[in-house]
Amino acid sequence: MKPFNLSLFQFLLLFIVCLLLISSPLKAELISGYDFLSNQAKEMQNDDFQNPGYAMIEQGLTTYNRKGENDKLCSQCHGENGDKFIPESIAQFPKFHKILKRPVTLRDQIQLCWGKRLDNFPLLYDDTDLLALETMIRNKAYGEEVNVNISGNMQPYYDAGKKFYLTRFGQMDMNCAQCHDIYTGKMLRGQKLSQGHTNGFPLFRLESQKMVNLPQRLRECFRSLRAETFAQDSDEFRNLEIYLNARGNGLKIETPAIRY
Amino acid sequence: MIFKEKTFTLFSLIMLIFYINNLAAEDIARYEVTGNSIIKPLNDLTGKPERGQELFRDQNKGNCLACHRLSTLNDSFQGNIGPLLDNVTLRLTEAQIRLRIADMKQVNPYSIMPGFYRSPERINRISPLYEGSTILTAQEVEDIVSYLVSLNLKSSGEYK
Ligand code: HEC
Repeated sequence: MKPFNLSLFQFLLLFIVCLLLISSPLKAELISGYDFLSNQAKEMQNDDFQNPGYAMIEQGLTTYNRKGENDKLCSQCHGENGDKFIPESIAQFPKFHKILKRPVTLRDQIQLCWGKRLDNFPLLYDDTDLLALETMIRNKAYGEEVNVNISGNMQPYYDAGKKFYLTRFGQMDMNCAQCHDIYTGKMLRGQKLSQGHTNGFPLFRLESQKMVNLPQRLRECFRSLRAETFAQDSDEFRNLEIYLNARGNGLKIETPAIRY
Repeated sequence: MIFKEKTFTLFSLIMLIFYINNLAAEDIARYEVTGNSIIKPLNDLTGKPERGQELFRDQNKGNCLACHRLSTLNDSFQGNIGPLLDNVTLRLTEAQIRLRIADMKQVNPYSIMPGFYRSPERINRISPLYEGSTILTAQEVEDIVSYLVSLNLKSSGEYK
């Protein structure tokens, strides 16, 4: 067989075609919900005074500085104003808890400290104190890349979350993937469908004019599907949170974000 | 005994409410799927095209514009998840349209389009608020079918 004899031009052409093949349609690029916002909403997110999330962070700090039943303070471990929180570590939630032998979300971890370290009565999962603490703590990892481990102990929970993501629910009979993988970028009425990432939570929703954490947002999805929802601290929503966060591994944390 | 009488009245009232409720809830029509269509109108009902247009646009009913466009309507926000429906009767018969609205998943099991008359038994975790019901009633499905069919007769050839 004769050896190929490519000119430099032909070689470059081939190289570019290969590059194009490797990139776009075969490997979907991660796009933060931020990129689907209007310029005005983007501005709102970036402005500490316009973004209602910062009031929630203030509230979180107040709760953070409140003494527990045993007179202990969060700051005794985590520093003044939470300065000792490690962004890399926050970006890894949900993660496997070695003693409990199950995954815990950042919310679960706050609950554990609240009950065990401060000896407080457990917070309801709907409590604004919990929402405020989560917002304040996750904001400490602002700009850090989401980095959820899905190997080893975490694998079965991740798989269960993925299965849930692909299950159709409610009278509308849809699954998450249909909107957030298949028809991303298409218009649902006046709304461009986003990839449904979680890097902005807890966030301020323009539609309901409210701060919400992820399970609260999921419950709103279930309402629009006309489906029977799950409890905020259910295993189903926890597994889904693992899948969703891991699906956005590499996206930068934007808490507190603005979203539609 | 006064107490007994009161209890009895209350009981009868509750039973009456249950009875009225049951009257209101429509029995879901059985229908036969032939090939990829439903030939007979659901419950043998006749559709009203004007009502069909309202239902087509109504966000709490058909909400078809969430995913579809229709250039004869001037609603400002129309979706583009599904195809433009202007000339749907050039592609599909009335009977085929009926099945697609009633239960698209019997045509394409992976469709995102809700089954507007899909049997509730085939739905996973329906909200208690909607238990035992379909998104549209048989009459409403027929109204929308007749609307799509009428629309095409009127606008054939002249649409943008
Ligand atoms: C959630 C999105 C969605 C909604 C809501 C929706 N559809 Fe669809 N529809 C689709 C998609 C997507 C298709 C393309 C076929 C498929 O993927 O299953 C389709 C296909 C159709 C078709 C077949 C068109 C063709 O050319 O083959 C008809 C007819 C139709 N839809 C009518 C309706 C009507 C009437 C309503 C309201 C009662 C409605 N649709 C609501 C998404 C939707």
